[in-house]
Amino acid sequence: MEVALMIPCYIDVFYPQVGIATLELLERLGIDVAYPKEQTCCGQPMANSGCYEEARATEEHCARVFGAFEYVVTPSGSCTHHIRNKFTAGADSQERENLTRNTYDLVEFLHDVLNVREFPWAKFEHKVAFHTSCSAIRGLNMASMTERVHDTVFSKPKALLNGVPGVQLVEFDRVDECCGFGGTFSATEEAVAAKMGYDKLAFMQKAAPDYIVSSDMSCLMHLQGCARRQEQDIPFLHIAEILNGV
Amino acid sequence: MSPDNQAKNAEAFLADTVHEERLDKLLWMMRMRRDAAAKQVPEWEQLRTLASQIKEHTLSNLSQYLIEFEAKATANGVTVHWARDAHEHNQIVYDLLAEREVPTLIKSKSMLTEECELRPFLETRNIRVIETDLGERIQQLDDQPPGHIVGPSIHKTTKDVARLFAKNYGSDANNEDPAYLAGVMRDNTRPEILNAYAGMTGGNFVVAETGAIIVATNEGNADLAGNTPPLHIISVGIEKLVPNMDSLAVFIRLLARSATGEAITQYTSNFRGPRKGAAMHVVLVDNGRSARLGMQSFWHSLKCIRCAACMNTCPVYRRSGGLSYGSTYMGPIGIIMMPTFDIRKFRELPFASTLNGSCTNVCPVKIDIHEQIYGWREVMEKNGQIQTVKKQAMKVADKVLSDPELYRIATASVSTALRILPHFAIYNRLNAWGKHRDVPEAASETFHEWYKNHRLKGNEALGL
Repeated sequence: MEVALMIPCYIDVFYPQVGIATLELLERLGIDVAYPKEQTCCGQPMANSGCYEEARATEEHCARVFGAFEYVVTPSGSCTHHIRNKFTAGADSQERENLTRNTYDLVEFLHDVLNVREFPWAKFEHKVAFHTSCSAIRGLNMASMTERVHDTVFSKPKALLNGVPGVQLVEFDRVDECCGFGGTFSATEEAVAAKMGYDKLAFMQKAAPDYIVSSDMSCLMHLQGCARRQEQDIPFLHIAEILNGV
Repeated sequence: MSPDNQAKNAEAFLADTVHEERLDKLLWMMRMRRDAAAKQVPEWEQLRTLASQIKEHTLSNLSQYLIEFEAKATANGVTVHWARDAHEHNQIVYDLLAEREVPTLIKSKSMLTEECELRPFLETRNIRVIETDLGERIQQLDDQPPGHIVGPSIHKTTKDVARLFAKNYGSDANNEDPAYLAGVMRDNTRPEILNAYAGMTGGNFVVAETGAIIVATNEGNADLAGNTPPLHIISVGIEKLVPNMDSLAVFIRLLARSATGEAITQYTSNFRGPRKGAAMHVVLVDNGRSARLGMQSFWHSLKCIRCAACMNTCPVYRRSGGLSYGSTYMGPIGIIMMPTFDIRKFRELPFASTLNGSCTNVCPVKIDIHEQIYGWREVMEKNGQIQTVKKQAMKVADKVLSDPELYRIATASVSTALRILPHFAIYNRLNAWGKHRDVPEAASETFHEWYKNHRLKGNEALGL
């Protein structure tokens, strides 16, 4: 199995430990992981802002770097969503087609491709409030959404966390309401974004978790920024860090 | 409220925590009620699909259904008028009133008449207009447009209403009891209704098969406005057509459940023809709808049945308030409708969204709202409606992010990374980020450096 690791730009710079945990976890599961060092970004920040012309070269570069791999795995639902469902700024090519088809969020790759459910090496005896990103829920169908009241309730990331000895998932109100990050929205509408973040934190904190965890670090970057401003010192972790063993 | 400043207007709304938190809680409760109501209908998702298909079919054959409606309505004794735009609509209504020397028009709620700005048109021509929907009347007295398409004054507290009524009606400013306030409203509008010569309503659905107009309300004021005075004028958009009574049933099952979680509104009235000795006029209004129907990507919003479920679920709307959008239609559906009226004026609206997709999944007619918002962003860019500073930032980002060498230089050290990262993470608005949130700390080494230092050997590590 030929797997390439895609490290989103903000994880590269702000959260390298998430990249390391993802790499080590995949290797622990016997995967030979390649890290193409020419990689930069998937182009989402520009395309999401309507700037398709400005996303073109970046998307084309991304397709060139990753287009030949059997699987491309990234610890980010939002980058996966962009590549799978929105990757149209660059020219049509075989590489682009391959990348669009072969890119998986880490959770999907573990849950659907490798079919892993047990993480015995990763004991984590703590209460966890898990935030599922909107890209993961409504873009990638990684979990059921509350709007679709007749659907069977499921969550791929929670199914994985339940395989970690000691993890106790806590329930909180408005479980799949957006946290307010929203890419460039977090800057253009900073006041609304921050209030959404504060509210999300308040709902979670009511359940008294020890950690706030997500499979999308961009949501956590925003929530952590909100929490620190409010002098809440609750720790934040990416799901890869727990699955790999903190 | 300027649409260019949705973010600023929202910030001002947020500064008043009492109103913001109340609005958020109230509308979230509506969303919860909607969920509970949908849960009780096992075929809910099939209904949504069916409703979406009926709308698509009707809009695809709109001219035929409009002609069928006109023939049936005319046979029922109704006079049908056609208005190309807002001005024609207003002029038709004015002429109907002026011919009869009507001094006062009583009105039930209609977003279309807000869209056409009918009230100021009539008032400057010396015709008084009295809104009879409680929320709409509150907004009229406060000289504000509706903040929500179902509950126009939902952003106001009972305290606000008590003060407003005291000022306008001389009632007790300290009595915030909703029953008391509703009584004040009734005492002041009921005589107007009884004495009026003309009443106006909107229409939720227009049935081609029978020539009937369906009006759904909870207050019964539309029935008073339609049934009391000798002249009944109905203003309705041409997209409100449904083929027949069977298809109407699908929408009636979806409308109130999606809006407030009720199975059906208190009153669902079928206006089919004039009462004996009275006249009934229907004004069918285009005002940009035909043009929108011709837009390959953006005709979907014509399916909208105005339930406001998308507003109730929208986390941005709930924290911004409807007035922040500076537009007739607000929230997610407003974002995709308003640019069809004026692309320049409403260029900022598509950015007032996190693209979370909740709206799309509550919409009873399955409009792909968040995908349309995403699409509008690209259109704004292509039409030169994106600010130069933002575009420049995106150009820089593309240059850096499509070139691994430049990217490594940019992210090589904490200080340069912090300078360049906002260009692609939050596009040079680190100060905006930092207003209510702490800025993330860059790590001592990037993942890329870590990989080079720990995983690569020999020449590879040296980059040779």
